[in-house]
Amino acid sequence: MVNNLMKLLKPAVAAMLWCVVQPALAILPIEQWQTGSGAKVYFVMNRSLPMLDVSVDFPAGSGNDSKQKSGVAALANGLLRQGADGLSEDDIARGFADIGAGLGGRFDADRAGLSLRTLSDPKQRIPALELLTRILRAPEFPTAVVEREKARQIGALKEADLKPDTQAARIFAQLVFRDHPYALRSVGEVATIGDVTRDDLLAFYRRHYVAERAVVAIMGDVSRQQAEAIADQLTRGLPRAGGAVPGLPAVAPLQGAITRIVAHPASQSHILIGAPGIRRDDPDYFTLFVGNHILGGGGFVSRINEEVRQKRGMAYSAYSYFSPQLAAGPFVIGMQTRRDQADEALAVARKTLRDFINNGPTEKELLAARQNIVGGFPMRIDSNRKIHEYLAVIGFYGLSVTYIDDFIGNVERVTVAGIKAAFARHVDPDKLVTVVVGADKDQTVAAAR
Amino acid sequence: MNPALRLYSIIVAACLTLSGGAISAQPADDVAVRELANGLRIIVKPDRRAPVVVNMVWYRIGSVDEKNGFTGIAHVLEHMMFKGTKTVAPGEFSRLIAAAGGRENAFTSRDYTGYFQTLQKSALPLSLRLEADRMTNLVLSQEEFAKELKVVMEERRLRTDDRPQSVVYERLMASALVAHPYRNPIIGWMSDLENLSLADTRAFYDAWYAPNNATVVVVGDVVPDEVFALVEKYFGSIPRKTLPPRKPQDEPPQLGLKRLTVKAPAELPYVLMAYRVPGLQKPATDWEPYAFDMLESVLSGNDAARLPQKLVKTDLLATTAGAGYDGVGRGPSFFYLSGSPVAGRTAEQLEQGLRRELRRVVEEGVTEAELNRVKAQVIAAQVYQRDSMFFQARQIGSMETIGFSYRDLDLYIEKLKQVTAEQVKEVARKYLIDDVLTVAYLDPQPLEGAPRRAAPAGVRHGQ
Repeated sequence: MVNNLMKLLKPAVAAMLWCVVQPALAILPIEQWQTGSGAKVYFVMNRSLPMLDVSVDFPAGSGNDSKQKSGVAALANGLLRQGADGLSEDDIARGFADIGAGLGGRFDADRAGLSLRTLSDPKQRIPALELLTRILRAPEFPTAVVEREKARQIGALKEADLKPDTQAARIFAQLVFRDHPYALRSVGEVATIGDVTRDDLLAFYRRHYVAERAVVAIMGDVSRQQAEAIADQLTRGLPRAGGAVPGLPAVAPLQGAITRIVAHPASQSHILIGAPGIRRDDPDYFTLFVGNHILGGGGFVSRINEEVRQKRGMAYSAYSYFSPQLAAGPFVIGMQTRRDQADEALAVARKTLRDFINNGPTEKELLAARQNIVGGFPMRIDSNRKIHEYLAVIGFYGLSVTYIDDFIGNVERVTVAGIKAAFARHVDPDKLVTVVVGADKDQTVAAAR
Repeated sequence: MNPALRLYSIIVAACLTLSGGAISAQPADDVAVRELANGLRIIVKPDRRAPVVVNMVWYRIGSVDEKNGFTGIAHVLEHMMFKGTKTVAPGEFSRLIAAAGGRENAFTSRDYTGYFQTLQKSALPLSLRLEADRMTNLVLSQEEFAKELKVVMEERRLRTDDRPQSVVYERLMASALVAHPYRNPIIGWMSDLENLSLADTRAFYDAWYAPNNATVVVVGDVVPDEVFALVEKYFGSIPRKTLPPRKPQDEPPQLGLKRLTVKAPAELPYVLMAYRVPGLQKPATDWEPYAFDMLESVLSGNDAARLPQKLVKTDLLATTAGAGYDGVGRGPSFFYLSGSPVAGRTAEQLEQGLRRELRRVVEEGVTEAELNRVKAQVIAAQVYQRDSMFFQARQIGSMETIGFSYRDLDLYIEKLKQVTAEQVKEVARKYLIDDVLTVAYLDPQPLEGAPRRAAPAGVRHGQ
């Protein structure tokens, strides 16, 4: 057993100081097992604070929505806590609040679930876990609540749809992912939410919130025996899989470049450039992670930030990222700039990307990125919350339980040539989607090559 | 979540940074404090769970210290602090911290400006050395200044000009206050930014960046005496300065209800109400600020709290509804109510709904169950926030720089636990009255230059 995070981290520090990875020493001793109901469990014990983080996730994100009923997955997730097992939404809210527990949610294109933070004393822990169990096992999706939340969501979407950043993100996803479910907005559309019924939500829950595909992550002040009991309790009453659920389709590569310019009266143009990127299990994951750190992920010292903000003062925020998912998630470059200089900022960003793809980073840049990522490694796991997030990701994407232990070695192995080759494989500068919202008039330029 | 965090959902513009933050409390018995001969205060809180350290340097200089015509200067200077010293080239600060594995940023609020790095503990000397250097050796070049001023203007467009609810908050403060500098936005008015000069910024730096106007806060896997020695080594030779006098600029009493309207592109109206109320003055003997804090939580501190429960879920009047209280600061405090009506309901109807909930508190009071629920959350939050070194450092620095002691963080929690239902009712009755109220409505306008979706029948936009 491990008493505090410091002990967890000592081998990591050693690895940094000597630049040698010692795979024999586990930095983070993750315990992993399966419940009788088939759920995967990931657990790290930590006794240094009297608290506990628990989450249960399912492959029930918006990637499972249909175009006609976009929004079902998000509503199902959001409504779990709004009436379950004979408890009203207020009973549930009061139940958690009365013991100082916090219920959170996780929702994106791939994942959907609930997370709980509670004091570990049995006086709080036991009722908190009991409530979470009932919510997961028997959500009721009361019709009145469903209708209210649909109306609220539609109102929120109408509000958001006026905003240039929302418009840009939505158009970008549609152009990058086209017929793929990742093109759907994760929370649904004004035109589709109205048609969602209670039966849709129940059916979605029964099909996707199943024990066999659940990932339970437990971090904090409980023993292994207690963690096993908690995982059993949380998953025992879940629906069972009624057969295989088809996985997400592959994302088709772009056939050419397309630029969509959209009229909007905002003082800034919101610019997004990108394309389908990589899957979470892509062998180039670490190479692209380090490469993008140099290109636009490393904050103030990355190339895009340097060119757009530091050298030219053209934006407050300028960045790039890969979002590796179950299917190929997006590669994105983003910024916002005064509308009369949008063309210039766009040209700078495109040139920066093209230079990077053509020539790769310098050895010096790679060294700096490595120093930052490796030197900053302890901060990736310096709190219960961060470790808990890692457990949930490792479990959901089926990463190795030694993922944390291997992290530094995987970063150290990345080379300049490797980055150049990986970008060449995954980002074609002649086949990019560009969206600019905040212009005088609409315009679309498509160039298939 | 702890009560103090929540007001940031309303006061979106209260602090400019890439990260947010607020104050609350944690056990403070293991905190060590030292003051150098030049007046620099040092506060160290060991947290040995990971080989990591958070270093923050706080200056008691914020937008509250700015003069008319120079609004935004404290924040512009914060940006310029990354632009080079006599020995560190522009951008080199960030590159050195990055090479050490560190993460860094800075924040400017109404009351203070803060700089921070999170690093593996062996890099603490680097971080302190660089902070000491830029406390006294900043080089302000016209070329870097001109570029960074453009960045700040882009930040203003992004955070305020293109965000209708931020504009409502900005204009509300400018109306609610007539004399106190809290009436000005932290990021500054655009015209002041356009006319700010390098010489202005240099004068501001020379006047206010001094060890006797700063506090170093270190939280992490450290030994206090070693931190004190390091801070002495790097900051000890920086001379103390005579700081300019700070005028109180007291806000005269409000003499009646104020109303304003902001027209901006939006779908739904938005209502923001601000009552001028007492803030924390004497933590040991005050009781009203703690009662307001509890009232805020009873109204919107959890999913079962009154405003979401009644106005959103039961009455179907609002899409969102909340309360806020900014009781810990160097200037005047407000108690806020805010929300957006659902489609088909008006801002006036929502204002009446919010007022009905206040009347219920005044006439019927709050229940013991409601108070105990909030207290349970306060107690749990004390444990949860120990999971974040950054948050602990932020609380200590904020409390100290505003003018209280880090010890008051614990006191604050104890005082919250003692608040009675009668006290909550009493502060609502005494202070939440029209004479000290300012009400702002967002009047939604269609987007110009973009096709407008047809509104469903029966829906009114605006009032």
